[in-house]
Amino acid sequence: MRHQRFNALPGFGLTMGYTLFYLSVIVLIPLGGLFLRVFDLTWAQFWNLATADRALAAYKLTFGASFIAALLNSVFGTITAWVLVRYRFLGKRFLDALVDFPFALPTAVAGVTLSDLFADNGWIGQWLAPLGIKAAYSPLGVIIALTFVGLPFVVRTLQPVLEDFERETEEAAATLGAGRWRTALTVIAPSLLPALLTGFALAFARAVGEYGSVIFIAGNLQYKTEIAPLLIVIHLEEHEEGKAMAIAVVMLIISFALLVSINLLERWASRFQK
Amino acid sequence: MSITLQGISKRFGDVVAVKDVNLSILEGELVALLGPSGGGKTTVLRMIAGLEMPTTGDIHIRGQRVNDLPVQKRNIGFVFQNYALFKTMSVHDNIAFGLKIKKWSRADRDARVAELIQLFDLSGLERRYPHQLSGGQRQRVAIARALAPKPNVLLLDEPFGAVDAKIRQELREWLVRLHHDLNVTTVFVTHDQEEAMEVSNRIVIFSRGRLEQIGTPREVYEQPANEFVARFIGVMNVLEATVRDGQARAGEIGFPIHGAPDGTQVRIGFRPYAVAVSTDLGQYAHRATLRHTYFLGILLRLEFELPSGLIIRGRMTKEEYSTLGLEDGREVSLQIRNYRVLARDDAPLGGELATPQRTPPHIAENI
Repeated sequence: MRHQRFNALPGFGLTMGYTLFYLSVIVLIPLGGLFLRVFDLTWAQFWNLATADRALAAYKLTFGASFIAALLNSVFGTITAWVLVRYRFLGKRFLDALVDFPFALPTAVAGVTLSDLFADNGWIGQWLAPLGIKAAYSPLGVIIALTFVGLPFVVRTLQPVLEDFERETEEAAATLGAGRWRTALTVIAPSLLPALLTGFALAFARAVGEYGSVIFIAGNLQYKTEIAPLLIVIHLEEHEEGKAMAIAVVMLIISFALLVSINLLERWASRFQK
Repeated sequence: MSITLQGISKRFGDVVAVKDVNLSILEGELVALLGPSGGGKTTVLRMIAGLEMPTTGDIHIRGQRVNDLPVQKRNIGFVFQNYALFKTMSVHDNIAFGLKIKKWSRADRDARVAELIQLFDLSGLERRYPHQLSGGQRQRVAIARALAPKPNVLLLDEPFGAVDAKIRQELREWLVRLHHDLNVTTVFVTHDQEEAMEVSNRIVIFSRGRLEQIGTPREVYEQPANEFVARFIGVMNVLEATVRDGQARAGEIGFPIHGAPDGTQVRIGFRPYAVAVSTDLGQYAHRATLRHTYFLGILLRLEFELPSGLIIRGRMTKEEYSTLGLEDGREVSLQIRNYRVLARDDAPLGGELATPQRTPPHIAENI
């Protein structure tokens, strides 16, 4: 007889079955369908469609802007999480709630608001325009919108880790002679890195898939400020399903590859916990 | 003189954590800061380290006034209660951390770490991360890390608090050995009087932010400076008594007392070992019933109840117990050999007094 380990909550079979079923219905089957449709195309057709100049420009913008936005969120999200965890101040709860706002707001509303603010005659845009910075209807606008929607991820993944971080560890570093920067870089940063990478990956993934807020602020000029998700929609509306599918598949593959690499990086960064 | 505290006070807002503490610790001493939690002992330790700044007073380490010297420059080793190891670093890197900051060369660093690994019995664990170590191993790494840069003083906050009883005992013995071998001035905080008695050369007793007494374990046990110390160090019976006819009376027991008018309320304290017990009901002055026997190992703690309901705690060895043939529920006679009149908490205590011995009745007298 097989030795069974005691389990306080039985039901591995049931929960595993449900998990597989659920993931299949929600994720695997739609994605599989996408790939099957692409097989209608020949390899050469696919390659042509996937690497059209317009598509290449869209990939570059989407992944580039998403990467920059996730990077910005990593820096400022870390600072925000730090302030929210470490200090007590008036309005802290309010600020904490504010972080989740980009989750709740319909992205189209965010897009309209942002483009209004950053337009050349908008509240913020009017100060940027004389400096020669064109915020709305430019790649910068795309970055702004993507930063907005990705904001909660880094903050929310770092907060619990920062809360668990023992203050004594910093004091221990100080008793051993380490100054503030040294402590921040050699003691605090490495223990935050795994969570930071998770937050980065989430913010990045969210940005790559973002559509609603970007289309209002980007201006959507071909080759310039047209993101890949929008290009897919445009192709669909033109009944060019092959083109849409090819771009979708490329995005899927790149996203998957990037997420896997971030995951591997995260495993390396959290080697001290294994 | 390794560490000197002069008139040290510390306030946190309205709370006075430490009140006017004066203290000198000699080079190479092993000193315990003992007291109940909230007594201010950890604050004193943290002020020595530079993790807290005193509100008033001066701290000197090896003759140098360190009040304005930041923690980084004080050259102290500090071991935190929860060890506070760097969890992203291996054992080797944890121990080498302070050496790196002091810019030791790689070769010197590796040699020093190897030496400590050897000394602290951590061989084979150099590449492990803190979460892969047992509690005792973590603590040894924490002490090794603190000692690596050769600090002037080693400070430990509740060093044995977080490990189980058996390991705690081993660690105590090990700390004494370590201190003997390295002879670095060591100050540790504990709330466990037994631990303080066993490990340290001298004990500094704190309560409510004030220093109550400094002395060797023997001094604080045998000559407690006040009632707080007397009650905190070791077990003590404390009876509320009223003076009548030159005797402080608690229940049926009278303790001779001088210079207290009738009606004065006093407290009488005596150690469990001062209780003499006999199964010969006529031998001692008071009848009592043995209510409970607690087995503490070689020593037994006994709880006696007098007819008036007064409870008295005694202590004897297993051998005495079986020689007397005692068991729970047994009637005995008992007498308190030595006692003290306890004053107010902060007033100095008088010496120990002896109860006049009642001579066992002679058989001839009964005829």
